[in-house]
Amino acid sequence: MLNWMAWTQPTALFFGAIALILISMTVWEIKRPCVERKGFIPITTTRGDRLFIGLLSSAFIHLIAIATTEVSLYWVLGACIVWLISLLRFG
Amino acid sequence: MNKTPNNKAWWLVLPVFLLVAFSALIPLMTVVNYSVQDIFDQNTAYFVGIEWYQEILQDERLRESLFRQFGFSFAVLAIEIPLGIFVALTMPKQGWQASVSLILLALPLLIPWNVVGTIWQVFARGDIGLFGWGLNSLGVDYNYTANSVDAWLTVLLMDVWHWTSLVALLCYSGLRAIPEAYYQAAQIDRASSWSIFRYIQMPKLKGVLVIAVLLRFMDSFMIYTEPFVLTGGGPGSSTTFLSQTLAQMAIGQFDLGPAAAFSLIYFLIVLLLSWLFFTTITHMDKDKS
Repeated sequence: MLNWMAWTQPTALFFGAIALILISMTVWEIKRPCVERKGFIPITTTRGDRLFIGLLSSAFIHLIAIATTEVSLYWVLGACIVWLISLLRFG
Repeated sequence: MNKTPNNKAWWLVLPVFLLVAFSALIPLMTVVNYSVQDIFDQNTAYFVGIEWYQEILQDERLRESLFRQFGFSFAVLAIEIPLGIFVALTMPKQGWQASVSLILLALPLLIPWNVVGTIWQVFARGDIGLFGWGLNSLGVDYNYTANSVDAWLTVLLMDVWHWTSLVALLCYSGLRAIPEAYYQAAQIDRASSWSIFRYIQMPKLKGVLVIAVLLRFMDSFMIYTEPFVLTGGGPGSSTTFLSQTLAQMAIGQFDLGPAAAFSLIYFLIVLLLSWLFFTTITHMDKDKS
């Protein structure tokens, strides 16, 4: 199963998590359509916008952590999850 | 008006979705898979985690080519955007002169990239090329194959020659879209030509300029063929831009893992910049309405 497309367990988990986020965001949107609003980001955003900003900035946070520090990526991942949730809630 | 909600039409999007999945998503996912493994052949791959990312982000050669790339893209924008606006402002507004200048401007855009590279390779040569020979006869010590500053200037000049027309044509269409009434009002107010430019033409050009900046930035950020044909990335690595470094790594050295990690970083930078431009454009429209 994992040999297809040279899958590894971490990448499968990663894409699984992304797919899960997208599916649950879709369900959330259907149950409760979101309203554009302005939080601490200087532009008005929808929920999907904030998710995109969160994921993209998390990717860059990971890269910067790899480039400049020796911190374990689990810590960075944890920080990014907190960042993503706070962005979705208050952004 | 009451409409029955019916979302069945979304199924019509399915073919496009499948097409995009096969042409973009699955290859991208494969690249992610490659970037965490050391791949020798079809059946031999070892999981290495973030090792390639560490290597890539510490790699001096890649950092240099990234900085070079940003330098090149900003130089291209700094020259082509003002020059394009200037050309558009000085172009004739009607009559056969307008058609002739439009055709002349469109010509460089029709030439394929590798042909542009070849043209300039010959044109800039010191022995048989008009440009190189002319500069040398004027007493300028110019040799783009040996001097990295000369090579840089030649690549930049080539890009300006090839793409300023695009900016000029976009601006020209933007200028033609300004109603005559604005100019008449400016004349009544006895506005100087500078204030006409500053308060009428520039604000009306904002939309096309954002598109011009976006197109020119993305194109120059992905530039590959022209410098590859003109200088081959040399002398040394002074004109080796990002995509050429990547191609060398992936195809030349067959380092699939590091090349995959590098493409993902490249992809993220492009994604970030495109998003920034996209947000700027959409929010500009929102401000208008």
